[in-house]
Amino acid sequence: MSILIRNARLLDPARGLDVRGHLGLRNRCITHFGDAEPVEPYDEVLEADGQWIVPGAVDLCARFREPGDTGKADFASETRAAFAGGITRFALPPDTRPPLDTPAMVVRVLRISKAVRSPWVAPLGALTRELAGNALAEMSALKAAGCVGLSNALRPLQDPLLARRALEYAHGLGLTIHVFPQDPALAGPGCAHEGPVATRLGLAAIPVAAEVAALRFWISLVEDTGARVHFGRLSTARGVELVETARDRGLPITADVAAHQLFLTEDLIDGFNALGHVVPPLRDAVDRDALRGAVGRGAIDAVCSDHQPHEADAKINPFPLTEPGLSTLETLWPLVLQLVDDGVLSPLAAVDRITAAPARILGLPAPTLEAGAAADVVMIDPDADWTLQAAKLLSRGRHTPFEGWRFRHKVSACWHDGVRRA
Amino acid sequence: MTASLQLDDQGRLRHFLTLEGLPAPLLTALLDRADAFVDEQGTDKKHDSLLGRTVINLFFEPSTRTRTTFELAAKRLSADVLNLQVAASSATKGETLLDTLKTLEAMQADMFVVRHDASGAAHFFARHAAPGVAILNAGDGRHAHPTQGLLDLLTIRRHKGRVNGLKVCIVGDILHSRVARSDIHGLRTLGAAEIRVVAPPTLMPSGIEQMGVRIFHQVDPALEGADVVILLRLQKERMLGAFLPSLGEFHRDYGLNARRMALLQPDAIVMHPGPINRGVEIDGDIAYGPQSVILDQVRNGIAARMAVMDLILGGRR
Repeated sequence: MSILIRNARLLDPARGLDVRGHLGLRNRCITHFGDAEPVEPYDEVLEADGQWIVPGAVDLCARFREPGDTGKADFASETRAAFAGGITRFALPPDTRPPLDTPAMVVRVLRISKAVRSPWVAPLGALTRELAGNALAEMSALKAAGCVGLSNALRPLQDPLLARRALEYAHGLGLTIHVFPQDPALAGPGCAHEGPVATRLGLAAIPVAAEVAALRFWISLVEDTGARVHFGRLSTARGVELVETARDRGLPITADVAAHQLFLTEDLIDGFNALGHVVPPLRDAVDRDALRGAVGRGAIDAVCSDHQPHEADAKINPFPLTEPGLSTLETLWPLVLQLVDDGVLSPLAAVDRITAAPARILGLPAPTLEAGAAADVVMIDPDADWTLQAAKLLSRGRHTPFEGWRFRHKVSACWHDGVRRA
Repeated sequence: MTASLQLDDQGRLRHFLTLEGLPAPLLTALLDRADAFVDEQGTDKKHDSLLGRTVINLFFEPSTRTRTTFELAAKRLSADVLNLQVAASSATKGETLLDTLKTLEAMQADMFVVRHDASGAAHFFARHAAPGVAILNAGDGRHAHPTQGLLDLLTIRRHKGRVNGLKVCIVGDILHSRVARSDIHGLRTLGAAEIRVVAPPTLMPSGIEQMGVRIFHQVDPALEGADVVILLRLQKERMLGAFLPSLGEFHRDYGLNARRMALLQPDAIVMHPGPINRGVEIDGDIAYGPQSVILDQVRNGIAARMAVMDLILGGRR
């Protein structure tokens, strides 16, 4: 089956191209790109006048909950959501149960993924055995099994010396360490940003310093070791400043932010709204604006979904007892492209932040619309004017703070490996 | 959000979750009703406004003292009262809070008096309660203790004749105190001239000035000219090490003693939600001295709780 998508706006940040033209897909590959009509015939021709064609998104942090938490979601359910959301590749953090700390577990996950024809999985191996934070995992074996980086997910390391040795060892293997920058002692039992809202509601707070202290610690180790570190899910203006300064000094550091952090603030948790319970917490408007600015100028390289589907009961409790996290696969593209309307990003830069940039961070070839590349392609309707309804999400988790939000951009089709999946 | 949960379409009290956003006329009506109940104490204490009603004290945190005042308040209004200490039993059997609520609702309770260590617990119950079932917050985490706030306002009003225009100083563990938060909301609504909060920085929550208070880290300037001083109870076991170097140092720097009493207005009153740590928040002789109204607070607590129950359930016939 081959398809020709005609007269679309083709946005390919890997090559810096934003042009009008046609795109041909055949045999799992892109076979034609450009404003000239292809010579060879296609089985199907899709008139895409006014539509945008972009590479499939690469999500730096999405949890599919399998294995270990299939009561919340599984690869089959989240695969539907990912394709509906225009995501064709994702990095899987190692905090599955059991965690991705052995080659056998990596192989198991890849097998599950393959069985349901999921988006491409880029596994992140566990940095420490059982993610316990006190002994290094077999990094080389994890790399050989297919891991593209290492991470201790949200779990802390027990010892600063172990962190330093982990960086040294990973550096020797050419692996990037993915760090969630939050000092566990400073965060304590906190569930909200330290500020007037948490104070009024009497919620235990997570100070900005929890992020800043962790960033300073890891940056100092990067200075010592030269190892590559990626900071996932920044949330504060001071954090942005630190990362940007370190990068300006030439340190091999990258960073991402969850899309919802670019739109929401601590105000969402008022009235004990559990849909505002996320980790890191929603900060204040100054932080949010700093994050948006950093994404705009590329100081934050990428935007991710930080997808964490939950069963309904997970949010039915008093706020501090609810589980943090949201279902966000299906809002990644609409939110990031909203940044175009908001004047934060050009269309090409917006596409870059969730395609080429995250691929670079993972050490993978940038998804592109170039002839010969894998046919992972998304069609965006830039004038859809639609309203999000949580009940219509395909993810098994239906927790979204964007219920009732009106969006302009909508994923209208998604091809993965040459096959239309949404 | 809170107002819409707490009040019905006609602006009547449906649940009692927090003093935040409670309209001044409603708060005054509660105080007036409580005032009347206080005046009746010592004569015929029993009323029948909750006759045939069932009130369940649902305590997820142990608190004999507070539970007893709620129990007494409900019984003086002739309600049937059930006390449930559910912390250990249901949670360990895997029952969710919602399960607990729904199970007890099936017993045809009219009101749940809820205490829980999670902020927002009372809101949670109110959001999920069946129509006609009222939730009364008896303390949720660090968030609110609105009946304590009400009895504090009542005590101030009875002793000073008004709340409007007074300078009130709240001293102690502001960070963890639901009492402080409720007092601040109530005092603001009733027009206190100034609300001062005093604590070492470790016990002062970030951004509290946005609740309309002045922050002090030294107690002496904060006490100067105050009409009311409210001391907060220190949870001793949680304080040492991280929040305070020692209880002795806290007493030296923040404890109310005779010298500091002289900084207050001559007719100032001293309050404490109890139970007091003698020699920590307050010197023993001041705790029961002529300006202390601590025992009045206890007495007024029953009337305040009766007023809330009566206002919510008494008129539902």
